[in-house]
Amino acid sequence: MSFATKDELPGYKEKSEKLLREHDILVGNIVCVKTDEKEFRGLLLPRYESSDNNHIVIKLENGYNIGISTSKIRAIEKAEKQTPHNEDSFDRKNINHLKYNNTLNAEFKIALLGTGGTIASRIDYRTGGVSANLSASDIYNSVPELKKYASIEPEAFLNEASENLKPGDWTAIAHRINDKISSKQYKGIIVSHGTDTMHYTSAALSFALQNLPIPVILVGAQRSSDRPSSDAALNLLGAVVFALKASISGVFVCMHANLSDDAIACHLGTRVRKNHTSRRDAFESINFPPITIVRGEILEMSVQEARLSLKKRDENDNIIFRPDFDKRVLLLKYYPAFDPMLIDYAVATGYRAIVLEGTGLGHVGTESLPAIRRAVESGILVFMTSQCIWGRTRMTVYETGRDLLDAGVIPLSDMLPETATIKAMWALANSDSTKMAVKLMKQNLVNEMSMSIPL
Amino acid sequence: MKSLSVDLTDIKLTIGIEVHQQLSSKSKLFCGCKPKTTGNNTVTFFRKMRPTQSEMGTYDPAVVFEFGKMRTMKYYSSDTSSCLVEADEEPPHEVDDYSLETSLIISLALNSIICDELHTMRKIVIDGSNTSGFQRTILIATDGYLDVNERRIGVQSICLEEDAAKLISDDGMVREYGLDRLGVPLIEIALKPVTCTPEEMATIALSLGRLLRASKRVARGLGSIRQDVNVSIEDGAVVEVKGIQRLEDLVKVIRYEMVRQHGLLKIAEMIKSRKISPHYLGERIEDITGIVAKSSSNVISRVLEDMNAIFKAVKVEGFRGMIGYEPYPGIRLGKQISEMVRFYGLRGVFHSDELPGYGIKDEEVQAIKNKLQMNSEDAFVVVGGPKDKVDFAVESIIHMFKMATAGVPPETRAATLDGKTVYSRPKPGASRMYPETDIPSIPVNKTQLSKLTALVPKPMDQIISSLVDKYGLNRKLAEQIFDSDYFNLFEEIAASMKKIRPTFIASKLTEDLLNLERHGLDRSLISDDIIVDIFCRIDQEALAKESVALIFEKLMKREAKSVEEAISVLGITTASDLELDNAIDFILKENLPTIYEKGFGSTGTLMGKCMAKLRGKADGKKINSILKAKLELILESHIAKTDRGI
Repeated sequence: MSFATKDELPGYKEKSEKLLREHDILVGNIVCVKTDEKEFRGLLLPRYESSDNNHIVIKLENGYNIGISTSKIRAIEKAEKQTPHNEDSFDRKNINHLKYNNTLNAEFKIALLGTGGTIASRIDYRTGGVSANLSASDIYNSVPELKKYASIEPEAFLNEASENLKPGDWTAIAHRINDKISSKQYKGIIVSHGTDTMHYTSAALSFALQNLPIPVILVGAQRSSDRPSSDAALNLLGAVVFALKASISGVFVCMHANLSDDAIACHLGTRVRKNHTSRRDAFESINFPPITIVRGEILEMSVQEARLSLKKRDENDNIIFRPDFDKRVLLLKYYPAFDPMLIDYAVATGYRAIVLEGTGLGHVGTESLPAIRRAVESGILVFMTSQCIWGRTRMTVYETGRDLLDAGVIPLSDMLPETATIKAMWALANSDSTKMAVKLMKQNLVNEMSMSIPL
Repeated sequence: MKSLSVDLTDIKLTIGIEVHQQLSSKSKLFCGCKPKTTGNNTVTFFRKMRPTQSEMGTYDPAVVFEFGKMRTMKYYSSDTSSCLVEADEEPPHEVDDYSLETSLIISLALNSIICDELHTMRKIVIDGSNTSGFQRTILIATDGYLDVNERRIGVQSICLEEDAAKLISDDGMVREYGLDRLGVPLIEIALKPVTCTPEEMATIALSLGRLLRASKRVARGLGSIRQDVNVSIEDGAVVEVKGIQRLEDLVKVIRYEMVRQHGLLKIAEMIKSRKISPHYLGERIEDITGIVAKSSSNVISRVLEDMNAIFKAVKVEGFRGMIGYEPYPGIRLGKQISEMVRFYGLRGVFHSDELPGYGIKDEEVQAIKNKLQMNSEDAFVVVGGPKDKVDFAVESIIHMFKMATAGVPPETRAATLDGKTVYSRPKPGASRMYPETDIPSIPVNKTQLSKLTALVPKPMDQIISSLVDKYGLNRKLAEQIFDSDYFNLFEEIAASMKKIRPTFIASKLTEDLLNLERHGLDRSLISDDIIVDIFCRIDQEALAKESVALIFEKLMKREAKSVEEAISVLGITTASDLELDNAIDFILKENLPTIYEKGFGSTGTLMGKCMAKLRGKADGKKINSILKAKLELILESHIAKTDRGI
């Protein structure tokens, strides 16, 4: 392993950094530290960035980490590495050999695009960061069963926490996927992704990559892959099985269907939402059950597929590629103290569309009506979705709704607020006129809307 | 232990002990759930665990071993004492303050060097006992000491840990766990290895246990304290034995390990004398499913009923006679192997020193020998089961033979109920430690520490003396009650009872219960509430002192479920009848004018007054019948008197 070139003492600042520099000690060195009380031996570790500047952290030979106060240190020096006794730990090659000596299935190929997900990552004490180990051998080591299904071709494309991804990144990812699909080598494309905004990306890719010949599947992990209980491996396995066997195509999200390691739910990219901060089954399809459940190697198709217009897999189809987004779209949630000034502000700031997350069937307080009228008159598109998440907007039922319709608000049926926001960005970037954009918004393109919600 | 009449006096023994003590905190270590084992198991879910690399990029041998078993875990979550955190569905909360404080107090009491900054670690354990696949643990302090009988015993380390989930069942494929115990705070104290006898180690463990209990911050009761021991003899390696719950068993287990390890050294000597090179062991492995397919062995045919079942044979060069060689009764390589293989959930394992036998015929043995191209000095081991598991087991068997040439393999073993040990897994190394990135490091505050110094428990001598003074107990009884699971309950009862003497309470809670337990009865059938109930009755003179042991016995024999039931089963009347008589007489005497005035019409009023005084001490029906009888007598004699007056 090589040392990080940029920062040899990650996380150390001021006092602690000075002390280490004076003694020419770097993260990853074995050090011997004498304090008033005793002598410690161990490996110098990086500091987490939020920690204070008065401690150094070492890993003791028994594996425990401890912090030592710099004010207590009397002497510190580099020490020789001792070979640990009684320690016959298995290296990475070994375990793969022990458990799975099955041969690679080279018949099928799947492309795995890393965007910062945690499929095979762990803390790297040499660099201090969580490194994404995304070589093919790392993947097979983490999920050895993959070998028997397909040959996985990983590519570390981005390395971002998903909350940092921007519309420009969706465009870049869409381009990369388009390249891979054009090569006609793959049975499916899997995108590993941080979970926080995975449903935004899945919606974006759904609009950017239409008429897909093969499935594009986003997969993430709610428990990081550096723990034995991680959901990453099974989510990835589920995605691979789905990519190989599904008869439908499109953009999907594959995650745990429940708390158990036995079923993976495949959601339509436009109908999925992260509905829990931490559970494995945080991702849910809204208004519909997940389109498919993967159990082992079995795909269970939802009976509700009949209500949707799903695209069949056809490797000869040509993709409709529209990867651009206009980010001047505001997602605005209405609440009782909502200030209509915010709408005027959006107009003044140059937004081209506002997606309202209204109450109930699609309402905002009548106080906001004048601001909405002003916005519409100035040429801004104002769309209505519901903060109820489940169900459809219906603005003709109550007077408020009818007034809003009169003011020019466009209801978006059962489209999710997040999906609506992304669709608006996409529609604006791919239309010559607002009229055209509105037409696109009202059209059901990739099952983002449905006129028949099952009980 | 009779079968092991081996002279152990010359064996130089080194013992290290780890004590795991549950703390009496109000919440679990990393969430707000109460550390109680109540409630119904309303949610179940299944999980699989995978090994993860350490931050050094290696896998821990113990973790790889567990993965080899490829089991599914089934978890039961209670509706009241576990939450998303225990299910590994929510990140851990901050470390529980009380538990952290307790671990610092105990570190001070053990004169240890407390770490300046505490880091929570993940100790990877994928047997399913933790839903996360690791146990969270924090190194609190190192390098302390404890004085026991004027000998200074080193304290290696003190850690604050979360307890594991409780194993409910294991059928080889599915392990079932309850989540109630998961996350209960534990303090783990590891003593530095000492050269001493097993009995001396028991004394050391007792002293440490007393110090912990003296803090009044630890849980009591069966299962609240567990010991692991590291046992090694000269020229051997360290073997860790886990899960010893009682001090009596500690001595037995250490003795058994001495004999086992000494036996293994003797076997290794024999092997060495044959000049076998361990490098070539296990070079030849053959699938012999075909050879044994039609075997008349029941074990083999049962194994082969399963899909994908195979049998493999491993040649062990130069080991003829060594696998069955028994330097001490019950100590032989063959047994070590079968114990280990059983841990993979495999049953079909045989070795050449015991064959032909078990329904395996000579021609089958010869065929195996031919296939392995064995010569007369070689031995073989056969193992059968599902293919994946067999491959894994074969690797482990070869590893074990290699270790056998060196003597004692360093491994983790589990204590059995009869004071022996069985193989449980390879000894884990430092590779199983990974930082818990969800919890920030905790600096230890100097002012906080100096405040806690005041809470350090007093030395045992002083505590016992104060018990003698406060309760009038003799020293021996004071020690007994202090060491018992009922100390807190004793203090509670002694403080609330007016008439019974503490000596009586203490002796009932120690000697009587212990005596019944020695007869094989189950103490856990008597709850704290039942004990309080019994002493309340005695305090109110509704029950004779002599009845306590009798009631305990009825409850522990499951002949009664409540004190009331035990009393009626026993037919206890004695003092309570007399008391009843006196009490009713007193009430009647006080109310004579009313009685004379209203006659039998006064029964209702009188019954009310009796019940007010005797409720809970006697059956209402009984009071009523006594009252009526006495009332009749009074009225009769009154009528007689008035008649005479006329």
